[in-house]
Amino acid sequence: MYFSKFTLTTAVAASLLLGAAPALAEAVLHRGNSGEPQTLDPSQTSLEIEAFILKDLYEGLTIYDAAGDIVPGAAESWTVSDDGTVYTFKINPKANWSDGSPVTAEDFIFSFRRVEDPKTAAGYSNILYPIKNAEKVNKGEAKLEELGMKALDAKTLEITLERPTPFFLQLLAHQTALPVNKASLEKNGAEFIKPGKLVSNGAFELAEHVQNDHLTAVKNPDYWDAANVKLDKVIFYPTEDQAAAVRRFEAGEIQLVYNFSADQIERLRASYGDQVHVNPALSTYFYSFDTRVEPFNDVRVRRALSMAIDRDFLSREIYKGAQLPAYSLVPLGITNYGKPEEPDFATWTQIDREDKAIELMKEAGYGKDGKQLEIEIRYNTNPNHEAVATAVADMWKTVFGAKVTLSQIDISAHYAYLKEGGKFNVARAGWTADYADAENFMTINMKKNPTFNYGRYDNPEYDALVEKSYTEKDPAARSKLLHEAEAMVLRDQPIAPMMNFGQLWLVSNKVKGWVDNGSNDHLSKYFSVTE
Amino acid sequence: MFHFILRRLASAVPTLFIVVTISFFLMRFAPGGPFNLERPLPPATMENLMKAYHLDQPLWNQYLNYLKNAVTGDFGPSYIYKDNTIAELIGKGLPYSVKLGSFALLFALIGGVLVGTLAALRQNSFFDFLTMSVATTGVTVPNFVVGPVLLLIFSLTFSLLPGGGWGDGSWPFLILPVITLGLPQLAVFARLTRGSMIEALHADHIRTAKAYGLPSRSVVITHAMRGALLPVVSYLAPCAAALLTGSAVVESIFTIPGVGRYFVLGAINRDYTLVMGTVVLVAIFVIVFNLVVDILYGLLDPRVRHD
Repeated sequence: MYFSKFTLTTAVAASLLLGAAPALAEAVLHRGNSGEPQTLDPSQTSLEIEAFILKDLYEGLTIYDAAGDIVPGAAESWTVSDDGTVYTFKINPKANWSDGSPVTAEDFIFSFRRVEDPKTAAGYSNILYPIKNAEKVNKGEAKLEELGMKALDAKTLEITLERPTPFFLQLLAHQTALPVNKASLEKNGAEFIKPGKLVSNGAFELAEHVQNDHLTAVKNPDYWDAANVKLDKVIFYPTEDQAAAVRRFEAGEIQLVYNFSADQIERLRASYGDQVHVNPALSTYFYSFDTRVEPFNDVRVRRALSMAIDRDFLSREIYKGAQLPAYSLVPLGITNYGKPEEPDFATWTQIDREDKAIELMKEAGYGKDGKQLEIEIRYNTNPNHEAVATAVADMWKTVFGAKVTLSQIDISAHYAYLKEGGKFNVARAGWTADYADAENFMTINMKKNPTFNYGRYDNPEYDALVEKSYTEKDPAARSKLLHEAEAMVLRDQPIAPMMNFGQLWLVSNKVKGWVDNGSNDHLSKYFSVTE
Repeated sequence: MFHFILRRLASAVPTLFIVVTISFFLMRFAPGGPFNLERPLPPATMENLMKAYHLDQPLWNQYLNYLKNAVTGDFGPSYIYKDNTIAELIGKGLPYSVKLGSFALLFALIGGVLVGTLAALRQNSFFDFLTMSVATTGVTVPNFVVGPVLLLIFSLTFSLLPGGGWGDGSWPFLILPVITLGLPQLAVFARLTRGSMIEALHADHIRTAKAYGLPSRSVVITHAMRGALLPVVSYLAPCAAALLTGSAVVESIFTIPGVGRYFVLGAINRDYTLVMGTVVLVAIFVIVFNLVVDILYGLLDPRVRHD
């Protein structure tokens, strides 16, 4: 730490004295990070923008490489028992903390226990629930020591799972599974995340944090792969105002911008060409139908309403291609799942869909010749969601003569209402994968998950298929089970998937090493900058 | 005077108490809570969080605890910015807002009084017409238009000034946010000064002074100005309180790490303690500046005496 600060000052002083000779210039990446992190504590984190910073500072057992595939991180290798429930990790012998001490198996045990400790109140504690007894520990029903983790020696970690979890390595790459330094935590308490105190094991270490202005991370010389880290410094800017972020990119002050307004895409493409990236994300934008409420308890009504939504229009006119039309629950880009299922009407033209929708609606006794359809669309306040709701209302009005009202409320109240079982007609929601696996999308329609299953879809057959997938060891057979489950949801349309999010990035052509990927993981250690 | 100040400070205590009480309960009546996010939390997690932040206790209990802690200067942890207490968040952000706000206030006050006085002296002239039209525009054009337009001109087109950020807090970083924040207030000060200056110039004692043959500069500056400034001074209190506690819009356009954003973020995120913190902050600023203005009034207007 002291050493790195020293070299830093020398380098800056030298470059000032010598008129910033290129040979001495530091490699600095300026990242627009779309908002201020709420915490730098892996146990408390819940935001993607925190993940970008945390994964530069700390390193989990596994990490995502530049292309978004799982590769060894702090663990150099691992083996899995035949029944898929015991993972043995070999921690990289060169893996060190930024204070020079070695990263050990005990560090991970300490950190994971801390996440599951009810007193920590970790927001993402359920990410590690597949570990034996984790859920019980988290609910205060088992002792911390009963968590299924064991240090076989200083550098060998054994993790026992509740049941086979085919996506466990993905879970370990989540920011909640990053290790914290026990000694530093015990010495500094809640202050351990402050600059000067934070001890981390990632490619970079925290140098400075001025809230709402910038966060500076400098290269960690103690990192096991430091030889391959090309940047000396990464500065994260909490560019909350998207227009301000774009302006600073255009002024050349920042080289990476995460998230900007979709209506800027065309203009930016014209000026910056392939520096504008629409990075397909593992994320689905959908409307949920309340299956407890008439007429939305009728599958024909739900299907008809879903068919009448012109997704191409929404994608093209409202999002300018920043979101792609979607008919599936699971987004494209999950490698072990392949092409997601689609409902029958996905391949039809919009005109055919509308004809069939009118027929279905008539069968159900609603529409222009039947009972008047009255629909309220609920959404959280946001100009884009409002535009979508207005367009969908118009489509339903035109096709079915429906009377559609819009109701908006801020995000906290919106989700509180849905979660607490409030009744509705149609509600906007979205789901972004916590880990790159189709199962993550399936859970939101299961009966046992009332918190996520807003429309209270209740299909025992579907639940059984998903449950069965947990014990299926053969990846192909497991994928088939999940495909069957997805097909069932798309047949019943308890939710109408509408679009897949695209993550919008501006990547300056001075930044090398960028690869678009679905998991939207972009560790700074893979980047370099040119003058 | 001393008694007056003491009395006023004592009356601030019940005012603050009422403000805290009303906002505490109003905030809790809003639907949702600090942990209701787009990604819903499982019930067990929610329970742990509610327990960790004592939100599972009865409301009156939480209220009493809040009061008890607030008296000792402990405004609690932020539910959203978990690495920080409210005191830390406001303590870190306030110096930026105060620095920016002070410059904006000076800019608005000096500029406004100057423009207003000149306009009053040349009443109904082209200058008067021009400056008052500009002032009206200044009040009506919102800062989320002025800020980006200034940036477009001075940063993107001519690359004279940085496109945002606080940097080292030097003038290139400050100049555009100061103008953006101060401009609407400058316009208000200008209109106030012009109106009261015109009135003051027609007052009997000014006519007498003029009749005695005093130089017109001295008549305006020493005699007319004193009376003309009264409405300006009374507007100073709300204006200073508003400018010094930061602006969510200006801070966000120029990415300035002040406290302005916390007013909006606190409310949207249902970060109860943060909302309370910002409310108390503004209340204190308003109380203090009202007191300052009353004292200034006593100095400017011989009819007002605080005994």
